[in-house]
Amino acid sequence: MTGAGAALVIVGYALRESLRRRVFLVVLVLTVGFLALYGLGTYFAFRDVESFVPPDKNILDPKAFTGATVFGLAMFAVLFLGSVVAIFLTLGVVRGDAEAGLLQPIVVRPIGRRTIVLARLAGAAVVSAAYALVVYGLALAITAAVGGWTPDHVVGPALGLALAVVTVAAISLFASVFMSATAQGIAVFMVFGTGLTAGLLSQIGRALDSGSLHTIGRVATWLLPFDGLYQAGLHALISSTGGLTGVALQLGPFGGAEGAGPLLVLWAIAYTALVAGGAALAFSRRDL
Amino acid sequence: MTPSPDSVALVARGVGKTYGRTTALGGVSLEVGHGELVGLLGPNGAGKSTLTKIACGLVRPTSGTVEVGGRPAGTRTARGMIGYLAELFRFPRWMTADEVLVLHQRLAGSGGAASERAELLALVGLFAAASTRVEAMSKGMQQRLGIAQALVGGPRLLLLDEPTSALDPAGRGIVRELMGELRTRGTSVLLNSHLLSEVERVCDRVAILNEGRVVTEGRPADLSRPRGVEIEVDGGTRLYEGATREDVPRIVAELVASGERVYGARVLASTLEETYLEAVGGATG
Ligand SMILES: Nc1ncnc2c1ncn2[C@@H]1O[C@H](COP(=O)(O)OP(=O)(O)OP(=O)(O)O)[C@@H](O)[C@H]1O
Ligand SMILES: [Mg+2]
Repeated sequence: MTGAGAALVIVGYALRESLRRRVFLVVLVLTVGFLALYGLGTYFAFRDVESFVPPDKNILDPKAFTGATVFGLAMFAVLFLGSVVAIFLTLGVVRGDAEAGLLQPIVVRPIGRRTIVLARLAGAAVVSAAYALVVYGLALAITAAVGGWTPDHVVGPALGLALAVVTVAAISLFASVFMSATAQGIAVFMVFGTGLTAGLLSQIGRALDSGSLHTIGRVATWLLPFDGLYQAGLHALISSTGGLTGVALQLGPFGGAEGAGPLLVLWAIAYTALVAGGAALAFSRRDL
Repeated sequence: MTPSPDSVALVARGVGKTYGRTTALGGVSLEVGHGELVGLLGPNGAGKSTLTKIACGLVRPTSGTVEVGGRPAGTRTARGMIGYLAELFRFPRWMTADEVLVLHQRLAGSGGAASERAELLALVGLFAAASTRVEAMSKGMQQRLGIAQALVGGPRLLLLDEPTSALDPAGRGIVRELMGELRTRGTSVLLNSHLLSEVERVCDRVAILNEGRVVTEGRPADLSRPRGVEIEVDGGTRLYEGATREDVPRIVAELVASGERVYGARVLASTLEETYLEAVGGATG
């Protein structure tokens, strides 16, 4: 059988299996719950700022301010939920399944171990990225419908989030080669938290004008690029918003975002390939 | 180069495997001829599973080589020639028996379609359970499904690691019949087992492994060596060591001629079990 044919069989198997997991239902419920809350929160936020009349709309636009703030929150939720999906789709893929005895019957078939690993990553990446895009789109639609506001850039942040979720899937898959399912889940969530903290550190460093803190944060952000991609997405939301609104948002709760050039995107793609390649290499040498 | 059809199915030469400080295999050489059924016996921890896993590419040997059908074990071509049933395995709980076989037909590149699946399920006595989910199967049913899975695509070499450990007597009977069927098809089999009587009945040849080495090897009949003849006379029983079945008429005639009354004669042979216990020194792992 050709490599591509085998890969498709594995992807199909992995997708069917993930649909069977109870976590899938949990994610669906969480998503619906989040979107409902988001709709409600957005409605009240926009209603409350309506009464606020700024001296000059060019200086501070309450609608843009509110929209960017709530949508920034939604983006964080997309990153978080998308990462949960990415992690659970790659949970126990190698060591966990090997310990359960599920992997051996498949590995002895005439398909490459690399094909198995890469197919499982491809399956997880496609599903979690699609999930992130759908939730992003729904949050965007809710914001536009309820508040009448849309961000300056729509596509860039969406793709950035999708890519961020794919890097989380790659990290999780890599961990699955070495850890059993529970340890893997915990470790990857810790890594995820570390990435977010690093992003925060970098911002605090910038705000306090602490060069070293900023540098530490920056380095960590490049080591775990999902946070950088998310920050870049936030930045792009209001990158064309001028006046005091833009300034105020830059310093807002989630708006301390840093822009990132195409270099970060290229790096995130290369990073995913490197991590996936590392996972495939480690798996091909492993005794089962 | 395609391997010639009469080349040996499996050759292991000086295979060693260490896990950290544990030596699982210390230089094992073994052959399974084309169409031959070889039983691998040995106490717990002897290295049977390790050798099987090396043969199907799950584990990499520390030293030595293993070839399947003339190809290095673990390569894609070699894996394409084998069917494997692991000692500890599981199929996805949500799949039906038929779906498990569909998955493995695709992975093995078997064009056998529905007729192959039906035939295999019938062969292991699971025909009526084709649409039963794995989670609803007993352990023995899962093991039979595992055997059917190993046969998908008609492998040239079958590696079975304790395939009957969960089977009831009827299930074992099915497997015995299956071995006979495989023999007529010319499939080679390496069978790991703790069930000496079963191995004795179905295998052409037996290798006994202990502490990672082959300690005894041969045909079951040769391993069950004659140990003498026991004759019951008035004064009790007399043992004629080294005597065989052929010696019985002569011994009895001599005894009768010398005025003894003979009540019975018994040919003693060491069973495979005795040979086994002798070979492994009573080791239990
Ligand atoms: N993954 C592993 N890591 C460390 N040691 C291992 C590993 N697998 C096997 N061993 C050791 O290698 C030796 C051989 O094990 P193996 O499973 O091959 O024995 P076996 O003959 O199949 O035994 P059993 O009859 O109990 O199935 C044992 O000492 C075992 O502890
Ligand atoms: Mg074993």
